[in-house]
Order: sequence, then structure tokens, then C-alpha cells
Amino acid sequence: MDQTFVARLRILADAAKYDASCASSGAPKRVAGANGLGSTTGGAICHAYTPDGRCISLLKILMTNYCLYDCAYCINRRSSNVRRARFTVEEVVKLTVAFYKRNCIEGLFLSSGIVRSADHTMEQMMLVARRLRHEENFAGYIHLKAIPEASPWLIEQAGLWADRLSINLELAAERSLERLAPEKNGGSIRAAMGQMHERIAQAQEEKRHFAPAGQSTQMIVGADDATDAAVLGASATLYRAYALKRVYYSAFSPIPEASRALPVKPPPLQRENRLYQADWLLRCYGFTVEEIAAGGEGGMLDLEIDPKLAWALKHRDRFPVDVNRADKEMLLRVPGLGTRAVESILRTRRHRTLRLDDIGRLTSGLKRLLPFLIAADHRPVRLTDRLDLRRRLLQPARQLSLF
Amino acid sequence: MALVHLADGADLAGFRRAIRRLVAAGAAPEDVIWRSGEDGDLFGAGSADFVGTDAADFVDGGEAGPAPPLALPRVVGAAVEAVVCHRDPERYALLHRLIWRVLHGERTVLEARSDPLVHRLAGMQQAIRRDIHKMHAFLRFRRVTAESGERFVAWFEPEHFILEAVADFFADRFPGFAWSILTPVGSLHWDGAALDFGPPGTRGAAMPDDSVETAWRAYYEATFNPARLNPTMMRSEMPKKYWRNLPETQAIPHLIRTAPSRVTAMLEKEAAMPLKRNPDKAVAALPDQAPKSLAELNRIIAASEPLVPGATRAVLGEGPVGAALAFVGEQPGDQEDLQGRPFVGPAGQLLDRAMAEAGIDRTEAYVTNAVKHFKFEQRGKRRIHQKPTAGEVRHYRWWLMRELDFVHPRLVVALGATAVLALAGKALPIARCRGEARLEGRPGFITVHPSYLLRLPDEDARHAAYAAFLDDLRHVRAILERRPAS
Repeated sequence: MDQTFVARLRILADAAKYDASCASSGAPKRVAGANGLGSTTGGAICHAYTPDGRCISLLKILMTNYCLYDCAYCINRRSSNVRRARFTVEEVVKLTVAFYKRNCIEGLFLSSGIVRSADHTMEQMMLVARRLRHEENFAGYIHLKAIPEASPWLIEQAGLWADRLSINLELAAERSLERLAPEKNGGSIRAAMGQMHERIAQAQEEKRHFAPAGQSTQMIVGADDATDAAVLGASATLYRAYALKRVYYSAFSPIPEASRALPVKPPPLQRENRLYQADWLLRCYGFTVEEIAAGGEGGMLDLEIDPKLAWALKHRDRFPVDVNRADKEMLLRVPGLGTRAVESILRTRRHRTLRLDDIGRLTSGLKRLLPFLIAADHRPVRLTDRLDLRRRLLQPARQLSLF
Repeated sequence: MALVHLADGADLAGFRRAIRRLVAAGAAPEDVIWRSGEDGDLFGAGSADFVGTDAADFVDGGEAGPAPPLALPRVVGAAVEAVVCHRDPERYALLHRLIWRVLHGERTVLEARSDPLVHRLAGMQQAIRRDIHKMHAFLRFRRVTAESGERFVAWFEPEHFILEAVADFFADRFPGFAWSILTPVGSLHWDGAALDFGPPGTRGAAMPDDSVETAWRAYYEATFNPARLNPTMMRSEMPKKYWRNLPETQAIPHLIRTAPSRVTAMLEKEAAMPLKRNPDKAVAALPDQAPKSLAELNRIIAASEPLVPGATRAVLGEGPVGAALAFVGEQPGDQEDLQGRPFVGPAGQLLDRAMAEAGIDRTEAYVTNAVKHFKFEQRGKRRIHQKPTAGEVRHYRWWLMRELDFVHPRLVVALGATAVLALAGKALPIARCRGEARLEGRPGFITVHPSYLLRLPDEDARHAAYAAFLDDLRHVRAILERRPAS
């Protein structure tokens, strides 16, 4: 691979790294035919981790970082002075296959700046997916970033080849979108999501292949003044209305060539982390947005403690719960117990009465759950009601080291 | 006391043989010592599977004969298969204890996850799963060209004896080319057809740097965001022990060292004026991407992939733009697919006849289908027509609507249920809705599809149905004459 090719790869990978989505799971299990390449296993495989702690599971690149849009938070906006490059359909296919054959990736996550027209851009991406499937007999994972303004038939063609389609909502509030992304339109984004949702649901019903891993989206946090509650509210609506598989949160990160319309200071990364935790509570633990928001102040999540613990501390009347008797819903609300620990508890409980030792073998969060749980040999007594409980449960502050 | 000696690595077959024999002999776990190859050949019993105080009982195929098979719950079998891969020398003894308990009144012991033995075995299984997962993830192939051709070779150092456990994964994933995986405890080779296990390999210092690795390293560096530096997180997921065999990890120290200064530079840099001229014209042209003519739309349809299985090509609508009357059928059939024209098969010929009898000139009408491709299933030499699903009809709807926008007929005739679904956007019963109808704002007329007439088994019914269809077409003509072009 020659030098200019590698130079373009650097530009187009750099341009794509602000998309938080990295999942390679959810596709049906499949393996390549005799002369094919690739498989999907159901679970995700992360092939490497960069020093920012994020994984590389897919080759995440842009087809081009030329863009006619001018979204303030985006390094690729037309008014940015970033270096530009583009790949041809052929080159993206070749690169994906080369990396895949060396077992570096699970597949491709392809996005693009908008050039010429939304349809032209979408078509280029669709063609990459089609060629991978048709000509390379590629059975690995493909995620395409759909262009909401593209014609519906193009997005539908893309769904034939891709495992997952996504459209980034970017900003929860319509007026932020108007201010920071003048060419984008919340209405057309939602219309495209609705169209995809309809097609995915129909295909599932008719047992056809259409984006079997569903659709996802991303919201940028900290570029506008939207509160965590507003962001989570938007997520809950998306999960409900379009059955999205995931909403990704991306803390707005300083970019080279930043726009003046943006805040100078990026939000703490912890905020993003708390949003992800809250998102899990929404999807897997039966919490509502109001309950999660009630754990924090003024619509913002507590940055010091996780949202489940924050909720528990504000609802101490519901605790302690008896690990040997409580129902699943309530056990899921105990800080320190995850879905898997709760499953194990429910199974084990059928055979024996649980003591603290037992719980210690089922979860690693024992210390955190002591004030909230009753076991055969443990009662928190007044611990649950202590005023300094929050401080006692806080992780002691520690110096982050760089090496 | 019994001493059981198993082969090096994960000796599942040996363990199975031994445990059957031990269970048959009623040997309790505390009376058995397990040894495997890696512990050294303490008792010089390399040739026999089993030695011990009761050697005669344990020699395979000895007086006792082969031991009877052992029926164990499936989860126990799965646990055995996993745990034998573990490197812990105690693994066989622990499994023996588990099986002993299962056979002595604790059949569901594995469900008691907090039991110390179960907990320990679960931990070992998890370690195996993790090791397998990391091998799936952190193994890197390099392309090597030898005289025998191209081969992809990888060196990996797993923590446990998992080479056989990962074999299927790699064979499924990389079937199309020859590859080898070398490890310190054995090797795995694939020639495009069969898997082959071989002796241990060496790290292969001579392996040349594959040029793709340069690109991969570049990608790895570029995808790192210095503003989010979090090496602790990285190390917890990708422990250092894997680093030496991963080509990309060479970049890590430099990336970490330069990250803070890169961020400072970004934050301090003032927002600059764009150097490029504002592409006003291109931005203004952006929303204007819809096809401008029927011909342009047809080019798009013809170039697109069928959204139904089967189909060799798209069959486009036919007739003059501005036609007063448009007929919409279901989908092209076998003949239409071969000739690339709508309504030329038996149903089309019947439609022609009826149109002629009703006094409608086909050359002046526009004729098209709701679905543009022939959906069929190949059975031997025959291509059997398949009805498009509601989802497939919706897929094609956007094209049909644009098409009718261009043709702009005064009346759209929906032939059959599929056409109605496409035009009305929802399913309507033909029998009840037959006749004039508004189809999503378009003046329309609903009738049966001519192929329905062909399918009727009995002659009289066919005649009656044809007469009714003819009536419909006459009615269509009357509507047009009643409402002249505005």
C-alpha cells in the first residue's frame, strides 16, 4: 500500500473517529461460503484498543471528508480548514478485505461527508456494501451511516447489504440542530428513522434480510445546553418510537479547527459515562427517565456516583431488600447488582439460602450493596439511613496516571 | 490410591476414558491423583493411560474391559469440555469432584452458583472463554509468499490449551485462503479444505513485515483521540502480555506521550477563517436531487438491485407520458422478465384483448407494475412466480409514485390486490372496493388482475369473470369520456 494511500487513510480515519458507535454485534450468525471471507458470531469482538480506551472492532472510515454541510461540532464541516481526501468504492472494498484477512477487524463502519447530493453520497456507500457482499462474498459485519436526506429507495438498497444502518440525530433539541447544523433537519432525520424502522420490522416479520442488526444513532453531549434529562428523554422516545438498538452518546470533544459557535471547554468525559450507565438502566433495568433524573439535580446526572446508586440514595425507604425474597424488579434496583448477578441470585436461591459469602461469589460489587441488602447473615441495621452514606460509598479520589 | 496420567494439554478423550473407569470402579476423588504431561513423567508411566495401586483395574482394555459410558447432565458435559482446556494442574481433580457430587445426589449442583467448587469451576470456564475471546481478537495474520503460493501465518501465545477450541472459529471465518496459526503448544493449518493440527511453532522472527501492517498501524494511530486519553482502560481490555505480538501496539508509547500537547495545541488554536471559498452553488444545488424525468427515473430503477429474490432485470413501465389512463399490475412474470416489457405474457395478452373489446387503445395508455422485478423461485428448469410481500411492495412504492407523478394520468387503474396495496398504501378487499376509488389522492379505479381470470378452473366462471372485467374497462372508458382533460 503506497504512501499516498496511507496518507489518505489517516485523514479519513481521523475524520471518522468522532462517531462513538463501534458495535459489531446483533447480526445473525453466519459464515462465508467456500470462497468467501468472514463470519459474524453474534457477540462482538474488539480487535484492538487505542490509548483512549476505546475499542477497534470495525474499520471506521469516511468515504470522503469533503462535505457541503456546515455543522459546527463537526471537524469535516465545509468551513473547516482540515485536510481533505477521498476514497473510491474500489479502495474501501480493498482495504476492508485486506484488514479483515489479517484478522484486524470484524467488518466495516462506513460513513461519509455529503458531496454533490445526498443520493450520490448514499449510493457510493451502498455500492461499497454491495460489492463486498457480491464480489468478495464478504460475510463480516457492515454498518452504514445512512444519509437522512437520501431517497428512500437508496436507503432501502443499503439495507439489503448492511447489517446495521444508523442515522445520527446529533442534538436532542431541534433548536440546537437549527443553530449548530443549519443544513440538517430534525424532521427528515426522524422521517428516515421511521422509514427504516418500518422496513426492519416488516423484514423481520417476513423473514427477509434487511439491516438485521437494526438501527442506532448518536447524540453529541455538551455542544449545546441540553440537560442529561433532555438527552435521555430523547433516547427513550427513540427507543420507543423507532425501536433503536442503541443510542450512543459522544461527549463533544475538542477538535482541530474548531468552530466559534462551540463552547471552548469540552464537557467532562464522566458525563458521557453516566449517560451510558443511565441508558443501560433505561434499556435493561426497567427505570424511567424521570426516575433516573430524580437521582441527580436540575436535570443533570450526579457526576460523582453512578445513576443507580444516586437513585437508591434518594429512595432509601425502598431499602434494604431481602436478597432471599425480593422480586427480580427490586433486585435489579440494588446498587452493585447487575443483570447477570440477579440472574445468578434467582437461580441459586432455589437451592439454598444466600449468605454474604454466597453473594460475594456472585457479584464483585459486594461492598457497595451492603447498605441496601439483607442476607441470611447480614442486616445493614442503621447503615441504610446514615447521613454520611454517600460519602462512605464514594470511591476515594485518586490521581490519574498517564503511564 | 489411583494415579491417572493424561496427555499434555487439553486431554478431553483421556479424561473421558479415565472418569468412566473411575466411576465404574467407584473411586472417590480423594483416592485419585491426576497427572498430565506438563507435570513431568514422575512415575515413568508414559505408555499406560493409568497406573496406581490398582493398576490392573485401570489399564485401558485390561481385564476390566472398556468402561461403560457415563450419562451426565448436559451442563456438566459442557463444563468438562471447557475446564480441561485450563492450564491449572488441578483441573482434572476438580472435575472429578464435580462429577462425583453430581452422581451422589447433587444432580443440579451446577445451579448453586455460590458453591465454592461451582464458583471455582465457573471462574475457570470464564478464564477459558476470555482466553478464547482474546485469541479471536488479538491474533494477527501476516501474508507470506512461499513457493507453494500465498499463505497467511499468525503467531499467538494463548494462556490455556485452547487451540482446538478455536479451530472452528477460524475455519469458518477464513475459508477462502490458506493459513497457519502457530502457538508454543501446537499449530493449526488450513489449506482451503481441511484443518490440520501440528507440532508447536516458534515466534518466527523471520516473518516479513506485511505492507498492510503499515496501513493498519496508520489507521490505529489516526483513530485514537488524544483528547480522551485513558490508558488504564486500554490496558484493562488489552493487557500488556498481548502487546508483543500485535503490530499496532508499537505506536502506543508515542501516542500517549504526545497526547497532552496535541490537546493543548487544539484548545489554544483560534478558530480560523475558512481558507476555501464558500461552495454556495453546490450547497444550493444540494436539495435538488430528485430525478427530473421519467427517463431519468427509469435509469435509476434499471440500475438498482432487485428488492425481491429472483429477477434478472427491471421491467419498466411503457406508454406515453401524459397518457390519460395508467394501468398498474402486480409484478412482471416470466415472459416479461425475459423480454423486459410489461404485460406481454398470457395475462398481458388477455388484458390487450379486453382493452380492444372495451375500445381502449393500449398504445395510448400507460402500463406498468407495482413491483418492478419478477420475484420467482427456481424449481428445476421452471421459474415459479412468488407473490411479493407487503414489505416488498412498500419498497417499490416510492418508484411507482414518482413514475405516476411523471405520467400524470387522469385515471389510474389498479389491477388486483397488490396494485391496490401499492397505490392506496394499505390492503383493501377487491371484491368490495371494485369500481371507482380515490387512491391516496389520485382518481383511481379498482378491478381484478387479468391473471386472476386465467386461474379460474371452470369455464363458466371464467366467462362470467371476463365479462365483469370487460364491464370494468368499459366503465373506465366512460369515466374518462365523462371527465375530459382539463
